[in-house]
Amino acid sequence: MKRSNILALAAIFLAACGAEAPKTETPFQETFRLALETAKPGDVITVPEGTFSFDRSLTLSTDGVTIRGAGMGKSVLSFADQLAGAEGVLVNASDFTIEDLAIEDAKGDALKINEGSNIIIRRVRTEWTAGPSTDNGAYGIYPVQTENVLVEGCIAIGASDAGIYVGQSRQVIVRNSVAKLNVAGIEIENTIGADVYDNVATENTGGILVFNMPGLPQLGHSTRVFNNQVTGNNTPNFAAAGTAVAGVPTGTGVIINSNDGVEIFNNEIRDNDTANIIISSFFSADYNEREAVPTFDPYPEDIYIYDNKMSGAGSKGGKDYLEQIRVAVFGDDGKLPDMMWDGIVNPQREGGPQICVANGDALLLNVDAANEFANPTTDMTSHQCELAKLPAIELANI
Amino acid sequence: MRGASGLLAALAALLLAACGGVKHHQADAYPERLSAWGVIERSGDRMQIAEGVMPYEVNSPLFSDYALKYRTLYLPPGTSATYETFEALDFPVGTIVTKTFFYSKADDGDGYRKAVRWHGDLTALDLSGYDVLETRMLVRQADGWDALPYVWQGDDAYLDLTGELLRVSLDGEAFAYAVPSRNECGGCHVTNHSTGAFQPIGLRARHMPEPTLRAMAANGQLTGLPAAVTQNVDIDHEDLDRAARSYLDINCGHCHNAHGAADTSGLLLDYAELQPQQYGVCKPPIAVGRGSGDRRFGIVPGHPDASILPYRMQTNDPGQRMPEVGRAIAHEEGIALIRRWIVSLQGDC
Repeated sequence: MKRSNILALAAIFLAACGAEAPKTETPFQETFRLALETAKPGDVITVPEGTFSFDRSLTLSTDGVTIRGAGMGKSVLSFADQLAGAEGVLVNASDFTIEDLAIEDAKGDALKINEGSNIIIRRVRTEWTAGPSTDNGAYGIYPVQTENVLVEGCIAIGASDAGIYVGQSRQVIVRNSVAKLNVAGIEIENTIGADVYDNVATENTGGILVFNMPGLPQLGHSTRVFNNQVTGNNTPNFAAAGTAVAGVPTGTGVIINSNDGVEIFNNEIRDNDTANIIISSFFSADYNEREAVPTFDPYPEDIYIYDNKMSGAGSKGGKDYLEQIRVAVFGDDGKLPDMMWDGIVNPQREGGPQICVANGDALLLNVDAANEFANPTTDMTSHQCELAKLPAIELANI
Repeated sequence: MRGASGLLAALAALLLAACGGVKHHQADAYPERLSAWGVIERSGDRMQIAEGVMPYEVNSPLFSDYALKYRTLYLPPGTSATYETFEALDFPVGTIVTKTFFYSKADDGDGYRKAVRWHGDLTALDLSGYDVLETRMLVRQADGWDALPYVWQGDDAYLDLTGELLRVSLDGEAFAYAVPSRNECGGCHVTNHSTGAFQPIGLRARHMPEPTLRAMAANGQLTGLPAAVTQNVDIDHEDLDRAARSYLDINCGHCHNAHGAADTSGLLLDYAELQPQQYGVCKPPIAVGRGSGDRRFGIVPGHPDASILPYRMQTNDPGQRMPEVGRAIAHEEGIALIRRWIVSLQGDC
């Protein structure tokens, strides 16, 4: 295809018709787009050093393709001037690898991978460069309905929802990555089998989230969060109202919401002003009047928290009602403990919710949301239990 | 100009005639020029279709930035499609579908103006007063459907796999009109995101006017057509619920269905049998980002201003607008319909 001729002709034609094509893209942009549109399995598509501006999304729909840059500080795909498309880069394919590049200032999600298996996202930076803002795109690195997924060595900055967001997936590892200045740093949602380790989550509103949401094809369970540094996540919540993360109290380290089978261990979780760990049901906080669908399990169960280093939490409530509890229970200058739980349980479940804590002196405050916060307590008796440990995630062929 | 190229044009016309109308091309040799398919021929202000090519319309069209659309369907001689209840009719190899997008020029010659419907001879369009921008083609190959975007220049259109953004001014509103790339065509036409296969959308029985289906059956081009077929209705239909569900079906249902790209949201908007919560009633959003418009549910019965659906139809921000592909400006009539419908719904969240 003689594309240059076509473009030249197009320009003439359009000029004649009173419409003009905005041709701000330089040759690499067109070469790159054509390579994505016509890709064959096995292709390695490279991005050279430089900043390349795009006015619309890039889309790949071919299995078995690798996109490789020269480094996340060197090869930059910029969407600051984006006029069309809901993502920076959208991938609908399996056996996909993207590495060593950055995606900046996408109007919507930076990198979305929708349905596919054997996905590697390595040393990719997604960033909204003006810092936290509600106007930033929702997700940085966003594999959804994927299986056998590795996210490693990535950096996610400034997302108005989650920096690294793994949704409705299976067999996932997120490691050696940094999430900062997002509303949620790393979020694992409706995912079955995830290991999140050796990451740094800092300066987010909430550091690491393990959530389940109703009405989706898959409910999640079995996530391990370990060996992470989750520190100083105190950026005021800048999510749009109505989103799930708008309910995240500013100053939270790790949050488990409605998810089951979650293990949190060997992390350093400190200086998160509200709480280092929050465990809540779907009914809690901003969700209280929402109707759950009948098949949805809104209760967090089989949660095992042990051997974390925790300190420096609890100076602020992060939410009005939590602040009231802080003052009421601990006094004006008192501090909330490291951990909080809404205390809403499924009365039908034999053996209770099994929220087990073996973490030295660290306390868990049951705010008693089930009874209008009548009797908040740090009695740890019901949390002195042990659960079988979850197996490590083994990724096949990665 | 005319004089100099007159001979060429005559030669081209001869060549076209010699080729004998519609010609099939394999995936490894897609022609650069639309005319090589022989489906549509243009000369100046006249656009004609080859013998055996059928223009068709749909009951409730997809909104595409107020562009007018001209649709054609070609089945190889002696072949027929098979009726499907819900998905696209099953067409034989060699079927070619085209959709041509054009605008009415503004009277003052500056940009375009909104024209709701195009009226005229569907077998030979008089395009004086119109600009033709692009023709999107679906070709049924042995291994499935393929999508090909062509952009018009003069009397022919040229293959443009990467798509384009065209600066368009419509009734004084400037916007970037998107010619989709091939993969972006899949953003709508891969209606089952798990299989990744392209499918026609307008050529579902419920979208095709029943007389068209009956005529095809009578011509031997459609088998299995039942005595009664479900029909979607257009935006002005008196049955508000049907009109709204039909509108959502054609505009949203290609992604928002149980197997579509947007099943990740749990919001299903095709015209299937669904629980109200599945199509948004009191449904909290999933992965909506700032597209929530600070609202909490897809649809709050009685309260369009508290509902996310009309917000996402209204906003033109690429990161929030719906549909994600194929719309840059808001469809005021569609928004008005969905707002009226939401007002009519009963219940509380």
